[in-house]
Amino acid sequence: MPMKFEELLKGKPVFVNLGVRDFGETLREAGYEVVIVDWSPPAGGDPAMAALLDDLL
Amino acid sequence: MQVAKRIAGQPGFRDASAVLGTEANKKLLAELGYGSGQGGELAAAGPNDLVLALEGDAAAVGAVASDPDLWLSRVPASSPEKDTGTPEPRSLPEAVALRPDCSVAVVSVPGEYAAREARLALREGLNVFLFSSNVSVQDELALKTEAKERGLIVMGPDCGTAFISGAGIGFANAVRRGPIGIIGSTGTGMQEFSSLVHQAGSGISHGIGTGSRDLSDAIGGISTMSAIDALESDQGTKVITILSKPPGAAATARLVDRFQRCSKPVVVCLLGSGAVQSTRNLRSAATIDAAVGAALEAAGAGAPADLLGESEPVGEMALAQISKMRPGQLYVRGLFAGGTFCYQSQAIFHKAGIIVHSNSPLPGMLELADPRESRENSLVDMGAEMFVEGRPHPMIDATLRRQRLAQEGNDPAVAVILLDFILGAISSRNPVGDLLEAIRGVQDAARRRGGHLCVTASVCGTDEDAQGLQSQISALVDAGVCVFSSNARAASFCREASLLLAQRRERR
Repeated sequence: MPMKFEELLKGKPVFVNLGVRDFGETLREAGYEVVIVDWSPPAGGDPAMAALLDDLL
Repeated sequence: MQVAKRIAGQPGFRDASAVLGTEANKKLLAELGYGSGQGGELAAAGPNDLVLALEGDAAAVGAVASDPDLWLSRVPASSPEKDTGTPEPRSLPEAVALRPDCSVAVVSVPGEYAAREARLALREGLNVFLFSSNVSVQDELALKTEAKERGLIVMGPDCGTAFISGAGIGFANAVRRGPIGIIGSTGTGMQEFSSLVHQAGSGISHGIGTGSRDLSDAIGGISTMSAIDALESDQGTKVITILSKPPGAAATARLVDRFQRCSKPVVVCLLGSGAVQSTRNLRSAATIDAAVGAALEAAGAGAPADLLGESEPVGEMALAQISKMRPGQLYVRGLFAGGTFCYQSQAIFHKAGIIVHSNSPLPGMLELADPRESRENSLVDMGAEMFVEGRPHPMIDATLRRQRLAQEGNDPAVAVILLDFILGAISSRNPVGDLLEAIRGVQDAARRRGGHLCVTASVCGTDEDAQGLQSQISALVDAGVCVFSSNARAASFCREASLLLAQRRERR
């Protein structure tokens, strides 16, 4: 459910982490809910192909 | 990041990097001389491969290269998903399906994929903290425009720090909550500001990073404006502070117009710029320290006099140091982990009419022809693009700064070295310890030459940070380093030293 930015400042944020795990794990250690994505480059690492797929989908 | 650091710390290694085999990373490694030998393994690596680039003695490199899994598998698996065996989602939409209440995406993927992931996050209704750099201005503008239309915000790209409702994101220090809101295009600036506010007994409501280009005329301050709106509405924020490098002319005009309509006091610190005039509701501050003092005052919390360093006799302190030096010691060298500290130090030197060389020069300063070689007075941002591509930031991995410190210490013309140490989440577990041996080394080398090298430092952080502010300061003091409680104060001391050294040069 979208949470407008101003609403975000009123409650406890819940995070999704993509990329460097340390960012997500640090937030988790500080007591925040974090979903850590096991991220890998999309479309086999071809950004142009990824953009094409995004457009198609 | 941690794998490379652990390997680089082993005997026999000069350097180590661990990066994804993206085209950008492979190009950079090739420029550094990797992959030119047999095998062509670097050329064959793809974006889903991890590339270990090792530099050191043949035996040490061979030992790691013969069994890289040993090093990779020594990363502790601390995430609960891994511990419980529940598979982690593989994409952002999968993550949102798992936790429909998630509200912020923290994105630190390689630059060429960052805009795509940020766009996906916005379309899933998430606000975005975008740590990744190398995102084009066009992508940044498109992302921020879309975020605004959706009532969301993009903090970044190139955003190092944020505090949202008490959650420190990225490179953030452990600070208490309080009445002061921050909007910053500078991560280390936000860390210094929030740490000093904490040390003064007050706290931070929210800290909203905007990315280093947000106040350029090309972007027009889209995220800054959203942040002002949000902090103006936020009941816990009594005063709003803006920390930034000088904005573009059009963005400045928009900012001033917005400040005049703001119902809360505003403190503006545009480092290296006097562009904004103070008014009844708006205080302009030249340094982060001055911004802290103004914000505390506007929030109704007095600023302790010693926090602002007004009584510190930096001129006398500098004279005492220089009197121990050889006549040929003439120059100041700053080696910064925090880009904002490099910038602020230049601003403090500039105000005193001192021209320095830098790889990230303030208007009026001189650009270093080769950032790897200092000239005369030089202030070097070791976190600049060329030093961090394909390797961890110097706040995490001190390898390059340690090497550069030794290089400066070998120059007999160097009189003063200025350093910064930045504590907090994500940073090195022992930033001072990482450089202590090198500091002692350059001090000893100067003594052997019959002189005295003045090593000066500031430590950014709080006693609630895992590294412990006092223990980090004590280690520096024990090593004979001149320690100041802020970068502005350390730079002011170095400015005085530089003025005295200029007199010395004129007498020669």
